[in-house]
Amino acid sequence: MHTQLWRYIGKRLLLMIPVLFGLSIIVFLIMALIPGDPAQAILGAYATPENVARINVQLGLDQPLPMQYVTWLSNILQGDFGRSYAQNRAVLDIISERFGATLILAGTALVLCSLFGLLAGIISASRQYGLADKMITFVVLIGISMPAFWLGLLLIMFFAVDLRWLPASGMYSMWGGDDLPDLLRHLILPASTLAFIATGVIARLTRASMLEVLRQDYIRTARAKGLHERRVIYRHAFKAAMVSVVPVIGIQAGFVLGGAVYVETVFQWPGIGSMLVNAISQRDLLLVQGGVLVVAAAYVVFNLLADVVQFILDPRVTA
Amino acid sequence: MSRFMSMSNALPLARWFGQRHSRTSPLKLLLRNRLAAAGLIVLIAVCILALITPWLPLHHPNQTALGNRLLPPGSDGHLLGTDHLGRDILARILWGTRVSLSVGISATLVAASVGSLLGILAGYFGRHVDNILMRGIDMVMAFPYILLALAIVAVLGPGLLNALYAIAIVNIPFFARNVRGVTVTLRNREFVDAALLSGKGHARILLTEILPNVLPVIVITMSTTVGWMILETAGLSFLGLGAQPPQADLGSMLGEGRRLISTAPHVATIPGLMIFLLVMSINLLGDGVRDALDPRLKAGALRRPAARTRTAPAARQQPKGEPKGLLEVDSLRTEFHLDGQVHQAVNGPTFHIEPGECLGIIGESGSGKSVTAMSLLGLVASPPGIIQSGQVNYQRQNLLGVSDPILRGYRGGELAYIFQDPLSTLHPLFTVGDQLVEAIRAHRPLSYRAAWQEAVRRLEEVRMPNAARRAKSYPHQLSGGMRQRVSIAMALANDPQLIIADEPTTALDVTVQAQILKLLNRLREEKQASLMFITHDFGVVKQICHRVAVMYAGEIVEIGPVEEILARPAHPYTKRLIGCVPSVDYEGGRLAEIPGLPPQVSNLPVGCKFADRCDQVTDQCRAAPVELDTLNERHHARCIFAREVSA
Repeated sequence: MHTQLWRYIGKRLLLMIPVLFGLSIIVFLIMALIPGDPAQAILGAYATPENVARINVQLGLDQPLPMQYVTWLSNILQGDFGRSYAQNRAVLDIISERFGATLILAGTALVLCSLFGLLAGIISASRQYGLADKMITFVVLIGISMPAFWLGLLLIMFFAVDLRWLPASGMYSMWGGDDLPDLLRHLILPASTLAFIATGVIARLTRASMLEVLRQDYIRTARAKGLHERRVIYRHAFKAAMVSVVPVIGIQAGFVLGGAVYVETVFQWPGIGSMLVNAISQRDLLLVQGGVLVVAAAYVVFNLLADVVQFILDPRVTA
Repeated sequence: MSRFMSMSNALPLARWFGQRHSRTSPLKLLLRNRLAAAGLIVLIAVCILALITPWLPLHHPNQTALGNRLLPPGSDGHLLGTDHLGRDILARILWGTRVSLSVGISATLVAASVGSLLGILAGYFGRHVDNILMRGIDMVMAFPYILLALAIVAVLGPGLLNALYAIAIVNIPFFARNVRGVTVTLRNREFVDAALLSGKGHARILLTEILPNVLPVIVITMSTTVGWMILETAGLSFLGLGAQPPQADLGSMLGEGRRLISTAPHVATIPGLMIFLLVMSINLLGDGVRDALDPRLKAGALRRPAARTRTAPAARQQPKGEPKGLLEVDSLRTEFHLDGQVHQAVNGPTFHIEPGECLGIIGESGSGKSVTAMSLLGLVASPPGIIQSGQVNYQRQNLLGVSDPILRGYRGGELAYIFQDPLSTLHPLFTVGDQLVEAIRAHRPLSYRAAWQEAVRRLEEVRMPNAARRAKSYPHQLSGGMRQRVSIAMALANDPQLIIADEPTTALDVTVQAQILKLLNRLREEKQASLMFITHDFGVVKQICHRVAVMYAGEIVEIGPVEEILARPAHPYTKRLIGCVPSVDYEGGRLAEIPGLPPQVSNLPVGCKFADRCDQVTDQCRAAPVELDTLNERHHARCIFAREVSA
């Protein structure tokens, strides 16, 4: 089992290479297709012609496109993401400073939305068309239709402004608090906002696949064995349903990482998302490029994790 | 965000569009769904408001009045109040809705046209075209989609039109994938080949043959993505990357209002509410459309079967007097209620099983034999199944009326099942040992370790080679014969009084069949258990059964000792069934088949149900129900000519 698991992980890691390669091509092409002079765009409106020329040579922009890509990629592989012109710092430094905050936020949201989504889906399916099912279905629909940025504002209004229970923004308090409880207090609202929106899809899918699984022959066998219905639902049906839900949790990681852009902006969370928004309005393109690449790579890794969980769950998946 | 749903649902929908034979029109179904109807009404109202906004008596949306800053909702002349520049929020909301709606719809149209074009090309031309296009699509989908939209806006620069393009681009893959899937199936249909042979060019075929057929899928994908696209364009505007002042959509209004959240919350909350209403109504409608169009939901097939078959009060009465034999079935009636039709699957069979006896139940598929067997312990899927009346008496109790805990105690304990296809009836994600342990521990208080040893012992009992090692295997790692041995071991795990075997050998090849039959028979003798053996094969009945009941259209048409029935079948149907078995002296001749089909159980004839396929039928047969005729104490047949037939 363990050797197989490692072999599987190894295989998936190898398969990640072409995906990352594809991602890099897309990001490169988007950046290469900037209308006008890229060096001008990177340096901003007030760049001197000398600087533009210097950047052009530095980035190899005077070379043909494939050569540019090779230079670009080898720089990135060496950890050289270029410099942010707005902050005049290495892109990699800025990103590594902020990446942790995004991971904490997105990771917490992903755990929360998986927990609640699975639970809601199971309850919904086991009481199909009952009151609980109808209520959950409705709340899920609200979640799917609700703009994350609006929900965030409502939560701030209610819990931070009116009730004053929780902080409205930031990751740590200005004074004193630099510890875990302080972080958690700041985390509750943004993580819940992000999770609530993503819970809907997981709950829906869990419900649907539970209903599908509950019609299978092996569920009848479990009942024929004389098992309690609770065990039939929570052990037999749930495990089988998980097999189709886990990949979607992986996909939801993408949604959560993307949604972090809104939530970080609303709650002024010092992560990659809010950094990206600022960088875009300042036309700080190298910073945007670095942020996009790193988050996309994180998404690939989350999907890899989902695949590994899938492998552990389902013995039919072969390494 | 509802995009994932749209992918998983496109194919059944396409199938549905391919064969539209529904009884109720989708529109009616849609309107019957109250939530969807509500969504439709709200959406229509919003759209009408957006359309007539220029003619409504409103303030100018961009007219500032610094004296009237941040008026609360309900103020004089400003129904929804004013914002930080004193602009009328009502007017701004309506104009903003116009912008948001048109941007969302335009993005959808762009994504739909480009995505569908790519999908059609990939699906139609296949091979390299397909490969290149779809790998490209895969790459785009490897991004978290909001992020890709951000990257595109970053390059094009902030602005409403650029936001529109960005959102459209990230949605292209969903259209391309859905449309490609349908096109691939269409491409392989004969009418495309016919068109090619008749000399039509590719372009013409794509336009006249393919496009009309994929259009429904495009429309469905649009209906499930448009809400998301409105949400996301609003999101980009909220971040300040979409609509630029003085132009405003709902998102940018929300973005401007967000700094005032503690002093004048209405400036931000009202545009947000509008976005929410709009998207919610679109999603409600979209869900309703999907439910109305998805044939699986319509048939009620997706309803989850309850832990136990629904039982009408008439079937729950306690038995009077001592039941016959080990288990007695009396006038059992099981129906399926589907699509407003009643299918009478089991029509009052009465029989019993003696201790240690093997009773065969034989009939064609659809004769109600499996449903009868599964009714005994309430294992018929419900909905749609319902047991209307009858009794299943065991130990002076009617199993149809006992409480859930008592029924669970019998299931897999004294009364055990072996099902037909062990690949689908064993849980694919648990080891067979684990599944056996579970069966054992459901009825006996053993530790996991002790139960595991017991499980291995049971596997040895059914002659599982290498039992200790096999116990750690998953069902898919075993052969069909071994899987069926596992099922048998599981059924026997708690030494049942009665084993109900539902065609346990049908899915196996002939040599394995013989082994399994031998095994079952030996175990029945060793354990002194009764066996109820369901089959469609008289050859099998001959090998292991003492008595046999022949079922047709949910009724027992003949029951009696096996040798007597084989020698003197009293019902024409039994005769025919026996004729289906290749005998030893069978050489080259044609196997006798029974012409015709069994009657539809939703529309059973009054008289003899076999009349339409019987070559001895008379008017008398069809006139009235035929009763079971007693030929001798143990042999009964449901034919008015029973005495002549068997003579």
